Amino acid sequence: MLDTLRLTAEEALRLVREREVSSAELYAAYRAAIDEREPELHAYLHVCDDDGAEGVPLAVKDVIGTKGIPTTAGSKILEGYVPVYDATVIARAKRHGLRVLGKTNTDEFAMGSSTENSAFGPTRNPWDPTRVPGGSGGGSAAAVAAGLAPWALGSDTGGSIKQPAALCGNVGLRPTYGTVSRYGVVAFASSLDQVGPVARTVRDCALLYSILAGRDPCDTTTVELPHAVRLPERTDLNGVRIGVPTEFTEHEAIEPGVRERVQESVELCRELGADVGECSLPLALEYGVPCYYLIAPAEASSNLARYDGVRYGYRSPRSGDRYELYTRTRDEGFGDEPKRRIMVGTYALSAGYYDAYYGQAQKVRTLLAREHAEAFERFDVLLTPTSPTVAFELGAKTANPLAMYLNDLLTIPSCMAGLPGLNVPCGLSHGLPVGVQLVGPQFSENTLFATGYALEQAIGFDPVPERLR
Amino acid sequence: MAIDREQLLHVAHLARLELSDDELERLGPQLNDIIEAVSKVSALDLAAVRPTSHPLDVVNVWADDEPRPCLSVDEALANAPEREGAYFKVPPGGS
Repeated sequence: MLDTLRLTAEEALRLVREREVSSAELYAAYRAAIDEREPELHAYLHVCDDDGAEGVPLAVKDVIGTKGIPTTAGSKILEGYVPVYDATVIARAKRHGLRVLGKTNTDEFAMGSSTENSAFGPTRNPWDPTRVPGGSGGGSAAAVAAGLAPWALGSDTGGSIKQPAALCGNVGLRPTYGTVSRYGVVAFASSLDQVGPVARTVRDCALLYSILAGRDPCDTTTVELPHAVRLPERTDLNGVRIGVPTEFTEHEAIEPGVRERVQESVELCRELGADVGECSLPLALEYGVPCYYLIAPAEASSNLARYDGVRYGYRSPRSGDRYELYTRTRDEGFGDEPKRRIMVGTYALSAGYYDAYYGQAQKVRTLLAREHAEAFERFDVLLTPTSPTVAFELGAKTANPLAMYLNDLLTIPSCMAGLPGLNVPCGLSHGLPVGVQLVGPQFSENTLFATGYALEQAIGFDPVPERLR
Repeated sequence: MAIDREQLLHVAHLARLELSDDELERLGPQLNDIIEAVSKVSALDLAAVRPTSHPLDVVNVWADDEPRPCLSVDEALANAPEREGAYFKVPPGGS
């Protein structure tokens, strides 16, 4: 019997290609794991039946449209919606010998850091089911960690791939803005949204990225990759210049256990031959979160205007005239977090406030990009913690939206600058995974994979949750 | 600065959200806290800084105007809450 907790996607692809294992056997192995552990974790919103399709299974965050398979974005307002076409990333995955295993849970419209904002109930962390898996892509991260999928697709606006990967002990990449198509993906904040891979190893993550990335005529924000994706092989870091921004290790929100593990990774980088030095990103932590929570809600308020009960999704049965059809459908269909963001975003874009809020935030964004660019004059990669804390308990932050927003303190700044970021697990604190975030200049994914791989080999982190071994 | 109930209702109207009294009670203070926290960016002097609307240096992308296969009417209407013939059906009126 295949051990889905240990099987890498790379190996699964080889087994299928060389006909050592059939697609049906592979599907059955993951289905058995899902039947066993899904009732406790709730990583999936929908698991596909075996339709006889060939290929290696792929779990897909439920903000990504899948032809003939329900796509809810974790929201009641899309309950019952079944896309009539595939997102480009799904079409690409199918062309490369993958098949959709199921749709994973997410905070509603990918808005959240714990997956507790899903209208269909939270996902639990496979390392400790009393704790959250992070978010918004908690379903994808939990599914990969618990062996319920070999790999998964996520989406990242301010940390929704990297932060859950850190909390569940996965490798997750937020790609450079513009490298992966968003065609067919539920839009949240269009100048930030990126689709990316979640996997158990850096090589699997790189392999899935190589399948996803490339220009798509259906998404005109995409560009051709300047160089092909290389699967990492080297285990040293000779010649790699790694910068450690002091603000990101000294900030008071960072738990001591997280700081210690990340410090050990910095030392390891040195031992592996990297040229390690300190640097400074003075504005990133001071203004990153406020800037993000203007730009993302502003764009969300515009994107979410399409949910009006007219063309697809939920429609309120209480609608009398057309105005009520809109307002009641949206009141009944959206949960609290999308409502908060729609309200903040509409306010920030409204007459008289636009310049002071949205316009000002766009200028801060320029400064954040600039200070990252200055750091990259001296360094190839910046190394920081991904999340200030390990996985927290369910319910711990749901009453205070601002406290929840701070989970993305360390992931947001590079997202604002359109930079790629990779989470690599670097050890445990109190039995829970800690992750390092590797950030590089635009299109530096190969450097991030190479650095992450060398670090991964040296750390020897076991990605299988202790309670499942 | 605090947003009062009247402003909340105005913004809700702009966003086509019907918020109940309960929701106004619950969300109002949270929205004020959020606006206060993000207002930090308004205090900066950024007159000389250009705004960033998009992280990549991409300008207009043009495509030839060529007909291609697209969704059929039935596919386009497949998820409609209500349809009549080849149309989405909605109730009349309101503003």
